[in-house]
Formats: sequence, C-alpha cells, structure tokens
Amino acid sequence: MSLTEFRDHERDLYRFRRRLAVAGVGVLVAFGILFGRFTWLQLIRHEYYQTKAEDNRISVVPIQPNRGLILDRNGVVLARNFSAYTLEMDPAKVEDPEATIDALAELIEISPRDRNRFRKLRAELRAAGSLPIKTRLSDEEVARFAANAFRFPGVEIKARLYRDYPFGELASHALGYMGRINDRDLEQLAADEQTANYKGTDYIGKVGLEKSYEYELHGTTGSAQVEIDANGRPIRTLSENPPIAGNNLILTLDAKLQEIIEAAFGDYRGAAVAIEPKTGGVLAFVSKPGFDPNLFVDGIDPQTWAELNNSPDKPLTNRALSGAYPPGSTFKPFMALMALELGKRTPDYTINDPGYYTLPGHTHRYRDWKVGGHGKVNLHKSIVVSCDTYYYGLSTDIDIDVMHGFLSQFGFGSPTGIDIPGERGGLLPSREWKRKRFSRPEDQRWYTGDTVSVTIGQGYNLATPLQLAYATSILANDGIAYRPHLVKYIVDTRTGEKRPVEPEPVRHVKLNPQWLALVKQAMVDVTRPGGTASQAGKGVAYAFAGKTGTAQVIGIKQNEKYDEKRIAERFRDHALFIAFAPADDPKIAIGVLVENGGHGSTVAAPIARVAFDYYLLGKLPETPAVQPVAATAGAE
Amino acid sequence: MLKKLLQRFTSNIDSPLMFISTVLLAVGLFTLYSAANQDASRLIAQGINIAVALSVMWVAAQVPPQMLMRLAVPIYLVGVALLVAVDLFGEIVNGSQRWLNLGFVRFQPSEMLKIATPLVLAWYFDKHEGEVRLRDFLVAAILLAIPVGLIMKQPDLGTAMLVLAAGFYVIFLAGLPWKLMLGMAAAAGAAMPIFWSMLHDYQRRRVLTLLDPTSDPLGAGYHIIQSTIAVGSGGLKGKGWLEGTQTHLDFIPERTTDFIFAVYSEEFGLIGNSILLLLYLALIARGMVIAANAATFFSRLLAGAITLSFFTYAFVNMGMVSGILPVVGVPLPLISYGGTALVTLFLGIGILMSIQKHRKLIQT
Repeated sequence: MSLTEFRDHERDLYRFRRRLAVAGVGVLVAFGILFGRFTWLQLIRHEYYQTKAEDNRISVVPIQPNRGLILDRNGVVLARNFSAYTLEMDPAKVEDPEATIDALAELIEISPRDRNRFRKLRAELRAAGSLPIKTRLSDEEVARFAANAFRFPGVEIKARLYRDYPFGELASHALGYMGRINDRDLEQLAADEQTANYKGTDYIGKVGLEKSYEYELHGTTGSAQVEIDANGRPIRTLSENPPIAGNNLILTLDAKLQEIIEAAFGDYRGAAVAIEPKTGGVLAFVSKPGFDPNLFVDGIDPQTWAELNNSPDKPLTNRALSGAYPPGSTFKPFMALMALELGKRTPDYTINDPGYYTLPGHTHRYRDWKVGGHGKVNLHKSIVVSCDTYYYGLSTDIDIDVMHGFLSQFGFGSPTGIDIPGERGGLLPSREWKRKRFSRPEDQRWYTGDTVSVTIGQGYNLATPLQLAYATSILANDGIAYRPHLVKYIVDTRTGEKRPVEPEPVRHVKLNPQWLALVKQAMVDVTRPGGTASQAGKGVAYAFAGKTGTAQVIGIKQNEKYDEKRIAERFRDHALFIAFAPADDPKIAIGVLVENGGHGSTVAAPIARVAFDYYLLGKLPETPAVQPVAATAGAE
Repeated sequence: MLKKLLQRFTSNIDSPLMFISTVLLAVGLFTLYSAANQDASRLIAQGINIAVALSVMWVAAQVPPQMLMRLAVPIYLVGVALLVAVDLFGEIVNGSQRWLNLGFVRFQPSEMLKIATPLVLAWYFDKHEGEVRLRDFLVAAILLAIPVGLIMKQPDLGTAMLVLAAGFYVIFLAGLPWKLMLGMAAAAGAAMPIFWSMLHDYQRRRVLTLLDPTSDPLGAGYHIIQSTIAVGSGGLKGKGWLEGTQTHLDFIPERTTDFIFAVYSEEFGLIGNSILLLLYLALIARGMVIAANAATFFSRLLAGAITLSFFTYAFVNMGMVSGILPVVGVPLPLISYGGTALVTLFLGIGILMSIQKHRKLIQT
C-alpha cells in the first residue's frame, strides 16, 4: 500500500465520517422532533386526549323502563311486555346496509317483509341510530350470529322490550297500538319536556289508551355508565341508576264482556259501547273489525300496513269513537223526554197516525216507516212501536234551538271526553250551526222541514256509538251524567298505590221522575211482546229497557218502498240499538251500531241482549247472537 | 473445553449491539403481551420468530464482509428477478401484489431488497473507491431506481420508501455532492405533482388524512385519531402496563404490529417513550461507531446504511403513530409482532456484527 493510497484512504475515511456525523445530527434532529411531538401530546395536550380517551371508553346508556301493564277490571292482562332478541343495524356505521342484510340472510332467515320494514324505517328515521332488521330471534339464531358477529360491525343483537297483546284483536280500538317514535312524536315530547326521559325509548303509544296514558305507562328511564369497546360493545357497567317502571292501568273494561260482544258481531262491521251508568266506566268498547295491535309493536311492514289501510272494511277506523251515524229511532226516547219536560206533550195526548205527516200548509208527505200507520198512538206507544209520525209532529211545537239546548244535555253534538284520543262530537243541529255550515244564504236558513228529519234521528243529526251509549247511560242514571272513561285506577308501580280515576259527574240533567219513569217503562216494553225488539227480549230475566233504530244509508224517494233484499249489502241501512238494564237499577247501558245490518231489532238488539245476559247473569251465549246476513224485514 | 466452545460460538457477537437488541426485544414482548390481550400464544409465536431471527443474525455474523461483497451482485439480481416474478405470478393480498408463493412458504421479495439494495450500492461504490465520479452516482441511482420502481408498482409505497432510503444512505455516505443533492431535492419538489398523480387513491387518502385526520374520522383518519388519543392520554407516566383503555377496548387498530407503539406509549407515557428513543439512539450510535471503524469502504457504507435504515424504521413508525407522518406499513423495529421484519432486522444486525468483528483484518 503506497503512501498516497494510504492518504487517499485516510481522506476517504475522514469524508465518510463527516458524512456519518451529518447523518448522526439528522438522527438527533429527527428524534428531537419525535420527542417534541410526544411532549406536545403527552404533557401539554394530555388532558385533552385524556378526556377523549374517557369519552371513547365511557358511554352513558339509557336503560329503558318496563312499560306499565294494562289490565281489565278483573285483573286480566290486556297489554304486557316481553323481552326479545332483536337483530339491529346502525346504517350510519355500515357501508352498504343492503349488502350487509344479504350477508346476514345467510345466517338468519330474513323475510322480504323484514327487509321492507327495515327500508321503511330507514327512510322515515334519518338519524335514529340502530334500527331493527329482525325481531324475536330464536336462541339458535342468536348463537349463530354471535359466532359471526365480528364480520358485521355496526350490527348487533339487543335484548329489547316489546309490547305484547295476549288477546290479539280484543279491545284493539280501546288499547290502541305502539309505533316507532317519529318526528312529530319528537316534537310533542319536546313540548312536554319529556325528551330526556325518552332517550333509549324507541316506541311510543300511537292511538288509544297507549297514547292517552303514554306518560303514565312509560315510566322513568334509568341510566348506566358503561365501558364500551371500539365497536360500541359494552364491556362492563361502571355505575347504574335503575329505571322506574311505568304505572299499570286497571281498566273499567270487562274483557270477557268485550269478547262476548265482539263475537256477537260475527262478520258484521259496527261498534258497541257499554257503560256503567253510575260511574261512567266503560265496560266494553267495541269497534269491528278490529286489528291485531301486535302487528305494530316492532314496526309494521309496508305491505301489512297497506292492507289494513286500504281494506274497504276500514279496520283501523275507530267506529265507536269517530264514526258518526244518524241515530235514527234511538233518538226517540230523548225526544219523548224533551216533549214531556217542555210540556209540549202529555202522556195521554194521542195522535191518529195515517202513516205519514205533512207540515201545515205543505203537501210533502213525511212517511212513517209503517205503511198505513200505527193508528192511535200516545207517547208510550210511540216508543214501543217506534212511531215516526208522532215525532214529526213535534217539529212545529219545539223550535230547533230549544231542541238543541235540551238534547245537548245528553251529550249529543259534542265529544263525551272519554280518555282516548280522536273522538268526534257528532252533530246536533241548531240555526247557528246551519248558518256557519253553509255558504249560500238560502242554504243557511233553517226550515221546519229540517226539524222533521231531526225528530226521528235523521237529517242533520249524527252521533257516534259512544255518544249513544253515553246518552243512554245519562237517561238510565236519571239524568246524572258521568264522563265515560276506560281507566279505573292507575297503579303506581313503586308504591303500589292505586290512584282512582274518580267518576266525574259532568252535569245533572233536571228531569221529572214521573216522565223518566214513563219513558223507561216504554223502553222496557220495547223488548216485550208488541215492542219492536220483542224478539231480542224473549225470556229475559230482568227489566230490559231498549230502543231500536235504523239509519238510512241512502235516501228513499217519495212513494218508493225500501226493499232491503234488493239493495246491495253496502247500501243497506245501519242497525242501531240502545239499551240499559235492569231498568229499575241500571248497571249497564249500551249503544250498538251494526253497519248495513238492516233493522235494529234483528241485528243490533240481540248483541245487547247477550251482553246483558252475561254481565247481569253471568250467562254465556250458546249460539251466535246474530245470524249471518240473511236479515228479514222485521217489524219496527 | 465447553468454555472454549462457547467462546468460539459467541466470538463474532457484538456485546453492545446484543445487549441493546435484547432490551428492545424484551420491551417488545412486554408490550406485545398487553397488546394481544394477554394472549400467551402470541408471545410464543413471537418467541419463535425471535429464535429464527437470532439464528439468522448468528449466521450473518459469521459471514466475512468480503464474501458479502462477492455475493452482493447475485443477491441483488435474484432480488430484482423475484420482484419481476411477483409482478408476473405474485398473489394479490388486500389489493396489492406483494407475495410470492413458493409452495411451502409465502414471502415478500421486497423485504429482501431492504438489504440487497444497500449491499449492491456499497459494492458498486467500493469498486470505484477513491475515484467516485458523477457518472457513478447516476449508475447508483439506476441500481436504486429499479427495485424501488418495481416495489412501488406492487404497490407498496412504504417498503419502496424504505428501500429508497436505504439506498440513498449509501449514496449519501459515499459522498454525493451537496450541490447535486440540493438540485435533486429541487427536482423532486418539482416532480411532486407528477408523483402525486401516480399515486393510488388510497395512498393519496393516507397523505390527505394525515394533513387533516378529522376529515374522515370513521374511515382512513380513524387510525391516526385513535392512536394519537392513545399516545396523548398516556401522559407523563402512562396508564400502566396492561391498563391502557384505548388498547384493551379495541380502539387501536393493528395494535400488535404497525401500531404497537400506541400501546407502549399509552401504557408507559412520556417517560417510556423517552427510554425507547434512547434505546434506539444507542442502537444507532453503536451502528455508527461500527460504520466509522469499519475496514473497507464497502463495510462502512453498508454498516452506515443499515444503521440509518434502523433509524428510518423507528422514526417513520413512531412518527406515523403519533400523527406526524402518513400511515405506511412500517413496523416498529424489534418491538412489533412479525417474523419477516424481525429476520430482516437481525440480518442487518448480524452484518453489523460481522463488520465489527472483521474491522482490522484487512487493514494490515
């Protein structure tokens, strides 16, 4: 090795070491930057990241309270809760929800209905978090998913409480149903300052008692501090503030009576409300057809919803509460009482009924339902045989506004105030009503001819079946009116304390006992031989007071005979019946309406009879109360 | 007799390097135990990896640098050939073609180039020792560009960058003129838009999310956000071994491999991080001392490049986890779980040991 070579070598080594030193400085600078970064994160911003980590880790989870039960007056459970495993997905956390459902379908059977429902929920609830794909999983399905859960971030199985109606359709229109909380519900909750209490609650009462007593039934939401992992799965509970279950409702309703009346309707559409006259407690609240509220508990699928909504039978319409029908002849006992009270008629006053009535100075014949008339008719007979001509005559003697004033005391024309929402008030006309109702001046005038129809419960005269029952209960209870209500007690789940819903006397209709007795006696005779409901009153073991009615669905022209058999079923008259019993000490009053049932005597009255036989005697019906649609032209 | 045998056996092992590596391995095993949720099987698997890697190190330590120099070109050529083979027959995993399946074992040839590239460059510069001209830097650049280009094509940006860095260190240490370097830096700056347009979408996203992780908190930014939270919440002293909430509640992704530093950092805090930085610094310092004292130009360049590669791995990984560098798949040296990386690292350490052992042999 030469010297120059050695020198070169030395120089190269020196150069190399200098370069290495530069690199070393670079290393120190780079590590210095890292150290600076660590100091920034771990010392200066430590608290911020500490909080972030805690927020990551701890989640305050609301604990849904058990919803209160709904029981009938005898303790029969009508609405309860069950816990079920639900497969849920948070669409926000899943890239392709539809593809995820496809993948899930390989593990768990997911029906097209489940998919449709999920899509509907997704469309309706934009920022709602986790939505159910399938409810009520079997243990096997739960196990199968659990083994594959890692493949499905954003999908989880939750134990959820669902509403359960063990009797299905029974009393569905009184109970109502539950549904997912929507935007409108959220607004209402905010207005009621309930938003915080509904965190963790997905379902809310939509109609019926479930809605009107929502805040009693719901309970107080608890909370738990839960440690969660990155997938949102709870690891352990750090602390817990338990929920308080909702209050139970004990109804005035008698489930067995309800069942008997619903069965008595057979295939007919219609409604019936039975009330305890001395309290206003509703014993039965029937609207046929009903629906199965269980269909709604986990979100109804669009197809079933459409079926229910578009059915010509309108099963979702609460006929008892919001169906307004002409009261027909069931209006007559109230008219009779009014005529007596106002001194316009005496019990002995008798007319000769030729089968029609003409207003003084007119030729138009207002026909009695019975061709040829009833002959000599006094007040008692006018009720028993349901003479129209007798009542037509009142139209010139009592002004419509006076009628309005008197009859509104029986609840006609205004909602009864029952404790479920959606009630309609029917129509009891007055001059003022007509003036407001119509726009053309000639239509706004009240004509005596208008009054003629009103006297027999037709024309501008509508009542809901609930109103009919209410009016009947007031009559039965000698004028003391109690607000109809379905809830008897609210039971505080914590203390067990029963908070009674006090029977509220709304008003006392001043009635002469003599006139009351007369009308009641006439109503008892309606169900006896010679009365329009004698068939239904056959062999009755108690004083059965009633009044039949028929409400026209289509108008009949002058001189045209109404031929029931020739008329299509949908245009057949509605059958009505009001009743109470025992007449001397009424324990139950009822209003029955059977859509397109024909005459009240043949279809509606038997329903009241089986109801009373059960309620008063404990007698169960042997045969269907109403024979299938083959109504004969009965006497009325 | 036995003592003598043991002495023969350990004669080529450099105690300082061995000591530092052992401490780092121990830190790694403790952290791994926590990161794997106290799953002992992970520990055993990593123990096997370590055993294999140490054997590789021992063998490498026995190989004299002259032989390495002779093998440089063949190794490099085989490496490049394998990269081409990957391009033609490789298996696609997670959208990129990195793996070669030899029937009994699957491996990433790109890993091999981390050593092969500096090896061939050191060989080349050694050949031209004393008369390194501009043209030689051009040749070196081409030798470097071939594997880097092939690896980028897979695409595996992280490994490409590491190979590029390793090769660049050789060129830099060989005396790349500063002017040229500045010129190249300027050219690189100018070429950035072109480079950007060549990147795959996910690669661009990684860079963009680094600039603003909150822009995609549930997607690509999630890793950075969560690991940054883990580091920051560790504080000065850390949450304690096995006590990291971010770790044990699954908030840290890839926490046994690329993101294991988040686990370490959360549980051992700034103090732990400082110790780790010092350990790496010690490792690098020892490597630099070996490089500075190496006998030949080849050994110097190779030792220097290997040492600076260790630095790069550590810096890039910790920078990525603490949110100042983009997420690229670089494990934390000697700490992260995984056999391939460990073998490459100890191969490098073995070479360093051999260079240290043979530092005087030729000089005389």
